[in-house]
Amino acid sequence: MTVIAAATAASTLAACGGSDDGGGDGGGGGGDASANEASDIGITEDSIKLGAHFPLTGVAAPGYSEIPTGAQAYFDCLNNEGGVNGRTIEYIYRDDAYNPTNTSQVVNQLVLEDEVFAIVGGLGTPTHSAVLDFLNSEGVPDLFVSSGSLLWGDDPETNPYTFGWQTDYESEGKIIGDYIAENFPDAQVGLFLQDDDFGEDGEAGIREYIDDQIVAAERYTPGNTNVGPQIAALQAAGADFVVGFNVPSYTALSQLTALQLGYDPQWFYSNVGSDPTLVGSLLNNFSQGQVSDASLLDGALTTDYLPTVDEPDNPWVQEFQRIWDECGGDGELTNYRIYGMSQAYTTVQALQAAGQNPTRDGLVEAIEIAGGDWEGPVLAPFRYSEDSHMGTSGMSISRVTGDTTEEVVPVQLTDIGDAEIEPFDGEMAEVPENGIPNEESVID
Amino acid sequence: MSDLQSPTNTTAEGTRTGGKAAEEAPTAATAGADQPTATPRRSLLPSSTLLRHLLVLLLAAVGAVVLLEITDPFTNSQLATLTYYAIAAGGLTVLTGMNGQISLGHGALMAVGAYTTALFLSADEPLPLPLILLAAIVTATAVGALVGVAAARLHGPYLAGATLALAVGLPGLAIYFHDVLGGEQGMRVRAPRAPEAFDSFISAVSGNSATNTKWLAYLGAICLLITYFLLANLIRSRIGRTWRAVRDQEVAAELAGINLGAWRVLAFVVSAAAAGLAGGVLALVVRLAAPSGFTLVLSLSLLTAIVIGGLGSLLGALLGSALLVFLPPFVTDLGAGWGLDNTEAAQLAPFVYGVVLIVAMIFAPAGFVGTLRMRWLTRRAKRAAAQPSRG
Amino acid sequence: MQYFVNVTLTGLTEGMVYSAFALALVLIWRSTRIVNFAQGSMAAATTFIALALIQAGQSYWVALIVALLSGLLLGAIVERVVIRRVEGGPELNAVIVTLGLFVAIQAAIAIVFGSAFQSFPTPFGLEGFQVGDNRIALTPNSVWVIAAVLVTMALLVVLFRFTRIGLAMRASAFGQEVARLLGVRVGRMLTLGWALAAVVGSLAGLLIAGGEFVYPAYMDSLIVFGFVAAVLGGLDSPIGAIVGGLILGLALSYVSGYVERGSALVNVAALVILMVVLLVRPGGLFASSTARRA
Repeated sequence: MTVIAAATAASTLAACGGSDDGGGDGGGGGGDASANEASDIGITEDSIKLGAHFPLTGVAAPGYSEIPTGAQAYFDCLNNEGGVNGRTIEYIYRDDAYNPTNTSQVVNQLVLEDEVFAIVGGLGTPTHSAVLDFLNSEGVPDLFVSSGSLLWGDDPETNPYTFGWQTDYESEGKIIGDYIAENFPDAQVGLFLQDDDFGEDGEAGIREYIDDQIVAAERYTPGNTNVGPQIAALQAAGADFVVGFNVPSYTALSQLTALQLGYDPQWFYSNVGSDPTLVGSLLNNFSQGQVSDASLLDGALTTDYLPTVDEPDNPWVQEFQRIWDECGGDGELTNYRIYGMSQAYTTVQALQAAGQNPTRDGLVEAIEIAGGDWEGPVLAPFRYSEDSHMGTSGMSISRVTGDTTEEVVPVQLTDIGDAEIEPFDGEMAEVPENGIPNEESVID
Repeated sequence: MSDLQSPTNTTAEGTRTGGKAAEEAPTAATAGADQPTATPRRSLLPSSTLLRHLLVLLLAAVGAVVLLEITDPFTNSQLATLTYYAIAAGGLTVLTGMNGQISLGHGALMAVGAYTTALFLSADEPLPLPLILLAAIVTATAVGALVGVAAARLHGPYLAGATLALAVGLPGLAIYFHDVLGGEQGMRVRAPRAPEAFDSFISAVSGNSATNTKWLAYLGAICLLITYFLLANLIRSRIGRTWRAVRDQEVAAELAGINLGAWRVLAFVVSAAAAGLAGGVLALVVRLAAPSGFTLVLSLSLLTAIVIGGLGSLLGALLGSALLVFLPPFVTDLGAGWGLDNTEAAQLAPFVYGVVLIVAMIFAPAGFVGTLRMRWLTRRAKRAAAQPSRG
Repeated sequence: MQYFVNVTLTGLTEGMVYSAFALALVLIWRSTRIVNFAQGSMAAATTFIALALIQAGQSYWVALIVALLSGLLLGAIVERVVIRRVEGGPELNAVIVTLGLFVAIQAAIAIVFGSAFQSFPTPFGLEGFQVGDNRIALTPNSVWVIAAVLVTMALLVVLFRFTRIGLAMRASAFGQEVARLLGVRVGRMLTLGWALAAVVGSLAGLLIAGGEFVYPAYMDSLIVFGFVAAVLGGLDSPIGAIVGGLILGLALSYVSGYVERGSALVNVAALVILMVVLLVRPGGLFASSTARRA
């Protein structure tokens, strides 16, 4: 059983493009329901059915199982305001326990029995791989997969119905590599990598910039909790700067092992593994006066593509907090829940753009036409077009200080392959009323 | 579909192993419950075992077509899932039920079959599907023979431990050899399209549309029927009797000149072949061969299926597999119906599943089939006592 | 050299954790001839009870004692209510029942305590000892783990070898009829065996949790390695459990540390080690001749 990179959100100050506040009066909540038709499977005059698969039980459940609760809260609040074009969202998420065999079964159930209009935010690379062909052959829109693998957006010809959402791991690696080359040209860099596509893509991106600085690349297999040999090897190789492409629990393990060994390099955790609020507070709980440095993660660098709970002044975080308080369940607002809400926000943008009476093909077309211009909580624009279904393309870099993070490098944009890294000149998008987007239909 | 055994033989079996009360039940179940679709009156069935099994095979095939055509697409897909569980559980029945060896590692043998299928299908011009599935069987059989040789020396918990290590160890190779086997994210599998004949067959039978899901369900069902037909014949043959002797009367069997080790290895090989085929079908149905699909949970589920269904009976293995497939979604939907949110409903499913296992073992220790069988035998014995000249 | 020392020490600590879990399995095996797959879930349950107490402001030691006591109770209840009904039946039925318990208890933990990551504190330091200029991968916490496991093992050896109760427990496990004839209250002994094993299991759970994250399934990987360690040592021997755990922990650490991409080979290595040992000694390293016929 393994926990693979999927997604966690963590971020600092946002800057997101925008000339106007996007959208006119076409889409918005409430709306006139009289012209509504049951235009496709999963759409009735007053409802839209969406489905998702997440690990809700088992080894991968911690953390990831919170994502759909965030999305659910967002949709509930949206429905209170009248939904999309007078239709309420019915959101069904099912448990796959992070096992592709189960994913295949529950997605069959969502598509064939529940008859959802689209799948939204299915989590995990191996799990979602199992349903990629099925969804595309059945013509079911497969939106915003919760994983940064290149599989989802790189090849829209083969998989016309599938869209990525979060920054892909390779682009993230490039931005990190570029930052190190500029700011730490003398650093001896060690890589701490999860042994799968997540670590591989990240490594490929980093090596484009600092191949000659890398002194060691150590890989761990999820499920094997003894990372002592890997951290000791990084130490023995003399690495004074360690980049981790790992999941949050391995951030904690690597920190604890380094503490044990008295190993104190500069740490840089990729977005998936950072979540300073989660990992930091968990690590601090161990202290009870025993861990000498109150905050182990202090000073570590990380990347962001979404606002996070450690920025209580961010208007998006405030809005998400309101939504969670009003429509959420037990527990606190977490970065996982912000991730789910942000995904739900993009979903609503897509539904609005698909028009009064959306169809499955129309939804895909709408994202290709308009998705590149959407603004929202995500810091940088999406790359959606006819030729690319890749998600957001940029990230900012920030440093963990105490309980919060401060921005080090503002949002930069890039793409896979040999695309350049450029600063992003947009600004943070404004929060629309009730946190509900207002996109115009781009479908006749 | 099931090992059709005549009641007379069942009684004989019962007598032979009688005196060991604890093992009576599995043995009775071994002898097999009557296929429900078959005529219960023995006199109407052909006297040859092979012919009788052929007749049942035919009836089961008709039954499968009817079942697949009257159910909705989602149930079709669930039945496709059922077929690969049932094929593997059928093989495990031979090993554990007939020959008394425990295996917690059959999921790994399924992985061998699944990866073989995935590799052959990824070729530019893949071989015909039956050949590929045959290759999956052959590879898994080879691995099974290796494991079987080691396992033949081991007993009880030591065998359990070794096969447990197999269950987690073997899929690890797929991560290590990631260039060939796709690593953690696995190998995607594209099932070949259904032949044209399938389309016309479906439209002739029911007028339904021949979807890919349906094609995979039929494919699984065909493999299942063939496997169970072969296994049923094997179980009824001299080979099957020898296995039972090795299980129940180890010392006597050895005295009779039976090479215990060789027979144990043979049982392992046969069950590995079934697991390989099951893995191949799984790869086609799931469309992926990835290490996270072959966790310990899979191996343990197979064992659960055969014990809950009724150890030693193919019908039991089938029923047990059905429980694995249909219970979790049923409970989840039930929970959602009670107003639980999706997360709570999902957590309820494993809880109920665990409780069902415990309760079933307490109240029906011989499994579904075994328990029904014993009831039936008891009734028959009473009737026979009241009417001794019957026959 | 320092690298070798550190790889060895992390292997040692990890191995002790396997040993702790293996000890609990050995205890149940010795007293009831059942391999308890629910061990991990039961230990996780008591660990969460301890965590709830710690979060409510109790000290680690209070939580530890309460967890061990609730383990005792849980073990006794499980044996009385569930296991008793399948004892003496087919071996496999007991296996399936413990599997059912494993799944059900884990799900119950998720329902009651939620499935988020939580950190479990330890009263001991997590920084390695200073040797010369370097820190080595041995912390006060790992010393506590090693000491606790060794003491537990010693107590078990004493119990089985030198006390009447231990003898009675073994007798009940091996031959109920004979034990009964000798005046042993077999039922009571079986309950006691499960209760004690659950205490050891709870201790293992707490030791593993200390300074790590816990969540309902956190014991899952240990079920495999703990079981492999127990089988490696020979299921009947507490000393075997310790040795088995150590061999496994060290070997896996070396594979992980000295083979390219070795972390991916750890599970395979466990399989190979177990197979080699069992081929030479089918009853494990410390098998007594009677233990071979399980």
